[in-house]
Amino acid sequence: MSLYKYSFWEVLKHAFSAEVWERVVPAISETMYMVAVSAVFVLVFGVLLGLVLVMTSKEGLVPCKSVHTVLSAVINCFRSLPQVIIIIVMLPVARALVGKSYGSNACIISLVASCVPLFARLVESSLLELDKGKIEAAKAMGSGNMRILFQIMVPETMPSLVRAFTNAVVIIISMTALAGSFGAGGIGYIAVTYGYTRFEHDLLFATIIVLIVIVQAVQILGDTISKIILKRRHLI
Amino acid sequence: MDEKFIEVKQLYKTFHTKKQDIEVLKGIDLSVGKGDIYGIVGFSGAGKSTLVRCINRLEEPDSGSVRIGDQEITSLGKAQLNKQRRKIGMIFQQFNLFDSMTVAQNIAYPLKMAGASAKEIGARVEEMLALVGLTEKRDAYPGELSGGQKQRVGIARALANQPDVLLSDEATSALDPQTTLSVLDLLKEINQKLGLTIILITHELEVIKYTCHRMAVMEDGKLLEQGLVKDIFQHPQCDTARNFIGVYNKFRSDYWQEEAK
Repeated sequence: MSLYKYSFWEVLKHAFSAEVWERVVPAISETMYMVAVSAVFVLVFGVLLGLVLVMTSKEGLVPCKSVHTVLSAVINCFRSLPQVIIIIVMLPVARALVGKSYGSNACIISLVASCVPLFARLVESSLLELDKGKIEAAKAMGSGNMRILFQIMVPETMPSLVRAFTNAVVIIISMTALAGSFGAGGIGYIAVTYGYTRFEHDLLFATIIVLIVIVQAVQILGDTISKIILKRRHLI
Repeated sequence: MDEKFIEVKQLYKTFHTKKQDIEVLKGIDLSVGKGDIYGIVGFSGAGKSTLVRCINRLEEPDSGSVRIGDQEITSLGKAQLNKQRRKIGMIFQQFNLFDSMTVAQNIAYPLKMAGASAKEIGARVEEMLALVGLTEKRDAYPGELSGGQKQRVGIARALANQPDVLLSDEATSALDPQTTLSVLDLLKEINQKLGLTIILITHELEVIKYTCHRMAVMEDGKLLEQGLVKDIFQHPQCDTARNFIGVYNKFRSDYWQEEAK
């Protein structure tokens, strides 16, 4: 149903029809798969790199200028590229790693390449917010660096880390939709192929609704978890 | 009594900033007897906090030495230092409790560092909670506590590993007078009960007068005067001490008595 032939309300109504959702539902599961797998990678590598950034900084537990400078520069390089360009740049890498440059798994590689640096920076800023006094107290009690990192720094900043990860997941979702136009499949693919090229605006509307609902759900979930932790600690 | 249980010799420390080098400690010599409560007083920026942080090497001194008991702190490697730090408790102005842990978990943390068994930890935590009078608050989070209660947890946490020394870095400066008094009473109590040596940094002279046996006056990176609290109060030798006591007396003076004259 195109907006050129039918009224807005008719198209919107049709966006909820079974005929449309038959095509949208499989796309949702594809998108969910890409988002979920990417999110896991982003979580693991983002936290890891974020921790290394904080640890090796001048004020960190193990100051190491060379590591910090190089890592910081690499992260900045990735972050300075728009997502579209990262997707294009990562196509050959995806081909080398998963054997093809299209499809969900190839898309995950560009998602990870784009969102890990972003999340690493978010983790870094969360950890830097931590009161230095707590780290000093842990040091004064004779804690080694690893214990300070995983038993003090990470748990103490957990509410902030949860929020940061929520932001990262929202960005992963929007980028998944973008990657859809580069052969990744999923909701983005539906929006571009049907909504843009074939003027099937009912499908476009359906994808918009799906994206809004998913992002809202993720945001609410993240905010709630963060708030539960803060409430438990009586910090709000 | 061991008169030189803690001995600091010729301690120097300079902070390097981009603009300038700031010499914070200029050859500190200090000895503290075992079981003493030793006060170090000075105005802001005198270097007293840096001095106390050099004792457990939260701050690395540039030169000089620190010895506690038989242990030369300044010559320890990192692993040994961590081990030795477990025997030096420290409390802070901002308490620095871990918000992610309950009161009991906060007190248990240093015990875990020291590798105590779960049973030992449980017993020791209960003992500490009783000592600071917070048994009821065992499962509370620091966020629920008042300033005075937080500092009590800080003290319990600092004492959990049965340290020989307690360093107090402006521990009462963020507390109201009544709470300050109760925390100081607690420090005096544990000093007597456990024979703990306490070094207490403050800018509040009344805190020293109330709590300490001996004291030092610090100004511009140097210890200007050391001795019994009584002697310094009665016969301050250096200008800084006289200045401090002058301010102290001014606060205590009653204007209505002045007016009556």
